[in-house]
Amino acid sequence: MFGKLRRLSLDVPKTALEESQKLPSSERRHFLRNGLFTAGGAMVGGAFAGLAPGALAKTQYPPENPSWTLSLGPGVVADPYGMPSPFEKEVIRRNVPWLTADKVSSISFTPLQHLKGIITPNGLFFERHHAGRPEVDPQQHRLMIHGLVDRPIILSMEDLQRLPSVSQINFIECPANGGMEWRGAQLNSLQFLHGMVSCAEWTGVRLSTLLQEVGMKPEGKWVLAEGADGAAMTRSIPMEKALDDVIVAYAQNGEALRREQGYPIRLVVPGWEGNTHVKWLRRLEVGDKPWMQREETSKYTDLLGDGTARGFTWVMEAKSVITSPCPEMPLKEKGVYQIEGLAWSGKGKVKAVDVSVDGGMNWQQAQLREPVLSKSLTRFVLEWKWDGNPALLQSRVIDETGYVQPTLGQLREARGTNSIYHKNAIQTWKVNADGSVVNVQLS
Amino acid sequence: MFSFRKCSLKLALVCSGALMLPLASSAVAESAGYYGVGETPTEEQIAAWDIDIRPDGTGLPEGSGSVDEGMAVYETYCASCHGAFGEGMGRYPKLSGGEGTLAEDRPEKTVGSYWPYASTLWDYIHRAMPFFAPQSLTDDQVYAVTAYVLNLNYIVDGDFVANKETLPKVEMPNSGNFVWEDPRPDVENERCMSDCKDEVNVADSSEGKNLTPRTTGPLDEGLVE
Repeated sequence: MFGKLRRLSLDVPKTALEESQKLPSSERRHFLRNGLFTAGGAMVGGAFAGLAPGALAKTQYPPENPSWTLSLGPGVVADPYGMPSPFEKEVIRRNVPWLTADKVSSISFTPLQHLKGIITPNGLFFERHHAGRPEVDPQQHRLMIHGLVDRPIILSMEDLQRLPSVSQINFIECPANGGMEWRGAQLNSLQFLHGMVSCAEWTGVRLSTLLQEVGMKPEGKWVLAEGADGAAMTRSIPMEKALDDVIVAYAQNGEALRREQGYPIRLVVPGWEGNTHVKWLRRLEVGDKPWMQREETSKYTDLLGDGTARGFTWVMEAKSVITSPCPEMPLKEKGVYQIEGLAWSGKGKVKAVDVSVDGGMNWQQAQLREPVLSKSLTRFVLEWKWDGNPALLQSRVIDETGYVQPTLGQLREARGTNSIYHKNAIQTWKVNADGSVVNVQLS
Repeated sequence: MFSFRKCSLKLALVCSGALMLPLASSAVAESAGYYGVGETPTEEQIAAWDIDIRPDGTGLPEGSGSVDEGMAVYETYCASCHGAFGEGMGRYPKLSGGEGTLAEDRPEKTVGSYWPYASTLWDYIHRAMPFFAPQSLTDDQVYAVTAYVLNLNYIVDGDFVANKETLPKVEMPNSGNFVWEDPRPDVENERCMSDCKDEVNVADSSEGKNLTPRTTGPLDEGLVE
């Protein structure tokens, strides 16, 4: 998190201070205010880009007293909506340019290698848009509920907030997460291989509350959810799930949903594939049969080796991955490390996670870090003393149903290599003797 | 001091009120319209937004379009991304061909080779196409371009006219090859803890494949060679 940028970050402010001391006092104030105390990122590249390298070499750690200890920082509301330190500017969502025809219908990946705990910061939650991110005006946005109901309604966003709400922590994962790797190891990055999973606390109204309010007719067995984006994204949800734990969410980690996550409202369908969590939700229709929409026939169906396909494979089966070390977080030297990772299951809680350092020959049970929540990311840790020899790191989750995360070989044997979706296989990281970490697949 | 006490008295009242609410609501929330929020939509409002089409044709509007009419619409609005004959362009989807490839090494999932229902084509073109101007085609244009794409895939003849009677009767060649019940878990791994296999071999590595975009610094905008 802090490694690469440390030197630069510690040097610049002190140099700025020294530089400012050469100026007359009025100019100095101006200089400090505009240079040192405003946009740190711009300052690094801008005002001090021309300084001699020697000026940047001085440290600010003991016995030096750092400049930020000997001066005042900006006051409150310098950033009315706070942003991360400019030294964290590399911690961003990233995309794979060759993967999609354009960025309008595309994917970005969460930088799991930089995250701690189980909550994904709102600005780093992975994105999947089918027609770009619409700019929805909440005053104008409406949710219509109709179909096989006694009392169809149109709700404003204010109406929705008057209803009883719940908050729940759930992951959302795109079923194509890791889908590029069915045939072989391609990408060398935790972010690009597994970054289509994120986790947040969602607040909103239970779908069951809304369906009770409109009065479902007994023949109502399915709910169609539709988005207000240019794809008018739709999915059919069976009534049993709709009445179980689905919510119409308007808040994410305590604030209004981000635009990329469906502002002002989205569906959250805990444990089910991300595509069902329809964003910019504008319509819910109750019907007696599924609608067989494009997103549940042409896409998000799993083509098997024999040419047949599976549809309605909604649940995200249990999966885990080691997030440190990983290709982006190599080892520096031999010694004691905390192997950390994330595990999750669309069917409930994580029961246990095992870690292997020898390619699955032998396993040790890792510690699960609290909280361990249903259909949520769970963090696991195992202390490991690296002796400097090459190693093959793996993690394997067992969920509360007893399901054990499979190997890629087992999945290929059952489904072939063309299914794209639902590859929840054990990930192998090869640690080289120099500490670098590589994505590999075992035979 | 006085005002402070007044304030806390108020708070106490609000608080006790809040405590009572859940009891009251859980007792009556079962009845429709209990919360009484929202407006009742007019028939016109529902009809305007209720655009979904089902395989049995439910939702299809009046109107019609022929294969010939569809060719003109397709060339104007669709061919720039999907190719003149539905062959696709770059990474924009291929719409035709691919029959018999689904079990092959590189399957081509197109309308003809993969899509199980013709209704989905009408529904999707109408709601999301053309890509740059969704929901801009007339119902007749949607019928026409649906007929044309079906004809590109040899599913209907050149004299086919799509309308709400004919479209639900179109049989898609791959419709029988879907299973609509999830058979998972379809694999069973064992939770072995020691001496779990005879040998460990690395079969494939991402090293040196040069497919990974930058993971540090600014976003990688370019195509990786």
